[in-house]
Order: sequence, then C-alpha cells, then structure tokens
Amino acid sequence: MTILVIAEHDNKALAPATLNTVAAAAKIGGDVHVLVAGQGVSAVAEAAAQIAGVAKVLSADNAAYAHQLPENVAPLVAELGKGYSHILAAATSNGKNILPRVAAALDVDQISEIISVESADTFKRPIYAGNAIATVQSNAAVKVITVRATGFDPVAAEGGSAAVEAVGAAHDAGISSFVGEELAKSDRPELTAAKIVVSGGRGMQNGDNFKHLYALADKLGAAVGASRAAVDAGFVPNDMQVGQTGKIVAPQLYIAVGISGAIQHLAGMKDSKVIVAINKDEEAPIFQVADYGLVADLFEAIPELEKLV
Amino acid sequence: MKVLVAVKRVVDYNVKVRVKADNSGVDLANVKMSMNPFCEIAVEEAVRLKEKGVATEIVVVSIGPTTAQEQLRTALALGADRAILVESAEDLTSLAVAKLLKAVVDKEQPQLVILGKQAIDSDNNQTGQMLAALSGYGQGTFASKVEVSGDSVAVTREIDGGAQTVALKLPAIVTTDLRLNEPRYASLPNIMKAKKKPLEVLTPDALGVSTASTNKTVKVEAPAARSAGIKVKSVAELVEKLKNEAKVI
Repeated sequence: MTILVIAEHDNKALAPATLNTVAAAAKIGGDVHVLVAGQGVSAVAEAAAQIAGVAKVLSADNAAYAHQLPENVAPLVAELGKGYSHILAAATSNGKNILPRVAAALDVDQISEIISVESADTFKRPIYAGNAIATVQSNAAVKVITVRATGFDPVAAEGGSAAVEAVGAAHDAGISSFVGEELAKSDRPELTAAKIVVSGGRGMQNGDNFKHLYALADKLGAAVGASRAAVDAGFVPNDMQVGQTGKIVAPQLYIAVGISGAIQHLAGMKDSKVIVAINKDEEAPIFQVADYGLVADLFEAIPELEKLV
Repeated sequence: MKVLVAVKRVVDYNVKVRVKADNSGVDLANVKMSMNPFCEIAVEEAVRLKEKGVATEIVVVSIGPTTAQEQLRTALALGADRAILVESAEDLTSLAVAKLLKAVVDKEQPQLVILGKQAIDSDNNQTGQMLAALSGYGQGTFASKVEVSGDSVAVTREIDGGAQTVALKLPAIVTTDLRLNEPRYASLPNIMKAKKKPLEVLTPDALGVSTASTNKTVKVEAPAARSAGIKVKSVAELVEKLKNEAKVI
C-alpha cells in the first residue's frame, strides 16, 4: 500500500494541515508520498521532505499549477494517483475544491472530512452538522479522502529525509484563469491551528466592540473567531467564521462570547477540549455544551477577564 | 443563456436529528423537509441573472424521491421556468448524482450550472466538483460573487485566507456559498402559478446512468455527548477554574 498526500501550501510555505493529513496517512499504514503542485515550490518540497514518515516527495513545478486551479491540478493528481491505494488531502478550501474532481476522474466515490481511521478501508466522518457520525467503508481501487485536520494530531515537521523527485507532467486545461485574490491580514495565530480561540457573536453588537476580544486574545495568544451572525452583520470578515459552513476548530480552550450556540455553530467547535460560554441569556443553548458558563454582560466580563488572565 | 440549477430535498436545517436505535441511519420519519439552504441561494442567483437579462431560461433539477417535487415546485414559485425530477428512491452518493446531472446537462446544454456548495445532510461538498470533472467544464466553487460577461464568468470564491477571483470559460459550474445572496420568499400568487409550470419526471434507467457505488455506510452513531458543565458565578471564579481545574491557561 502506498498513499499519496496532496500538500497544502501557498507556493512559499507548507501549511500545518499537511502534517495532520500525513498523520491520517500514517494511521492507514504504508509508504507515504507527498505531492507538491505549484509554481516555484522548491522550498515547499524541501519542507515536505523533512516531515517525519514521508518516503518520497513529488514536486510538480509548473506555471499551470501556480494558483492550484482544480481544472489543471486534478488531472495531474488523477494521473499520478492511479498507482496509489489512497489519495489524501486536507479538508481545506483547496482540498475540498480539488479532490472531488480527482475522484470523479478516477470514477470512485470520495469520503469527505474523515475524523478517524478504523482500518485501511473504513473511516468515520460526521454528517448532519456533526449530529451523527457515519462509519463508511470503501471498496474503491483508489480511495479518495479528505481529512479533517482537527481529527488527527500532526506528525513532526522534522526528522524525515525523503528524496524529492520532479514530475514533468503539465496539464493546462485552458478553461480557467486566476484573476486576483484578497487575503485578510492577521498577526494572530491561524484559527484552525490555534490552542485557544476566542469567538464573538451577534452579542458583540458591532465590529468596533471586537477590539475587546482582540485585546483578550492577544493576552492569551489566541486566535479570534466569529459566529455567522457576526459575519453576516458585517462585524468581521467571513474567513473568521466558525461552524458547519465556516472553519472547524478543536482548540484546547474555546471561549464563546455573545454566541447563542446554534446547531451550525456548534458543528464547528464542539470538539474543543474545554468550552467556556459568556452570555447574558442563561437559556442560551451554548450553555448545554459549555464546561464553564458565565451568565454576565460581556462588556463587563471581557475587560475583567482580560485583567485577570 | 440557459441556466440549470440543482436542488436537493433535505431535513430542515432547524431540526435536531436523532440517530436510529439500530444505527442504520438518522430518523427521518415525520421530520420537516425543506430545500437545502445552499440550493435556495443557487435558485436565487439564477433568478437574479434572469432579472438582469443574462439568463433566458432557468431549468431546475432534483434527484430523489417523488416527494422532491415539493422542492421543485418551490423553485418554480421562486422564478424557475421548468423542472426535471430524476426519480430515485435509494440514497445516492455524490458521484451517482453527478453522473445523473451530467446526463441532464448533456440533454439540456445549459451555459451555466449552479449548485449549492454542500448539502446539510451528508455534508459532502463534492457534487459540483464531480459534475465539473465529468463534463470537462471549469468550476467556481464556494462563490460569493458571480459575474457573466460574454463567453466567460468571473467567480469570486471564499477561500481559507480571504477571497479569490477566477475567470471560467462558459459553459461552467458554479457552487454557492452563504454570502452569495439573500434568497427571496415565494409569494402566494407565484406558488399558485408554479403549479401550472412543466415538471418532467425521468429515471436513472431512462438516462442510461448506473448509480452503483464504491462506498457503503456501515453504521451511523450519535456523537459522544459532552459531560455536563458548571455555571460559575464570577469572572474571578472562571479564571481560577481555567487555571487550576482545566489547566488550559
């Protein structure tokens, strides 16, 4: 059995989610190869070769893969993937975009967002916004799988010494092109990788009030998230959204401030180790999942909390 | 241009589902069903394209049981022109649905196909991408903005770090994200009018598509319940607990 892991990267650095995906591959068992597709990716390929447990790195360095457009990358992965038993990618926006296209090209069903490996062909994944866990078995020749990063502890980024092999294949479908991108800038830890997450909801009342959360987060070394209500109200940009349709997080500590706790929000955070809820409505559903609940006005509680930690 | 929209009948998003005692699935008997929220956004976008004069005809398609006709009628009441139901009683995988949609696309030859980014029941997020692969079209997934100009469409996509814009040659596949638009409600006169709009019923056999699957759901369980927490009286007590009991700060 040989497993192909698609590296998550931005052409400059390897994203941490790749380490969780390699961890899932290690649980399946067998040789692990990592594919780095992009443009000017030699540093990323070198970083991938350092990952503990990786046997080989395939580097597809071509202008056609610069922005990882699925129309170009999926045929490459499908072509390379034919000889593998499993193809894995992190369930990031990139992985979700590319991998189903690979699965269809290989004529196999995909298994999305696995949270555990039961055996080489059986996996667990959440359905219905995390309200049920399905055990899925695949008899496909090549098993195509996306991995929920928070379900697996990352492997060490150092300690490996895999050989890097260049892949010459260039697929350019010529039906799509990159126009531009707008990335939100932040000095705080990345939301999905942070040990502590502080999230605000509609109860924050406006975007300006999020400064109280930022102050608390900076004191704790935490990332700041938000509920959909806060995003839709325009308080914060949408890449901060935690939930079924946003990001899935599982930090050591999740502090929900002014968030009622709708099913869709809980789907994104209920695997956190410790959940703290601060809400003035003591009937709010968030208190049913919170380890520690504080019924209080957040505008008094948050500054006080910031002083005490 | 012709726009094809795919809609799915799913359990209403406000329903808290329960897992069946025999672990064969979730209990959907007597549970409120609705159109998948992302599909509502897809229908709305198609209707807006028609109102702008970009789209000339909107065909809405669903794959599922006979009862999915309700969701197709809803889409017709919202502004779709005609509907197609590919009737299938069994639970189909995303790949099977993508193959059936490909057959409908071949038949209808739309310039743009709009789907939701994921269905809130299976949470797969696969069908649009698979349809794009099977048809060989470009894909604009997780769209928050769609602009058609000439023979291409510019799609602004929600990605992990922010937003990205790609240009796709038509015909193309677009999947909707939550922020693409705010779906409208169907008015009573439009609900009445929708009853008279054409609704064609097909079967997978008639389309010549095999719906065999490589995946099998072995069992469905309830997630591990969280143990009950406590309510603290003050911020000072909260900090004390987090430091000494949970040891997370």
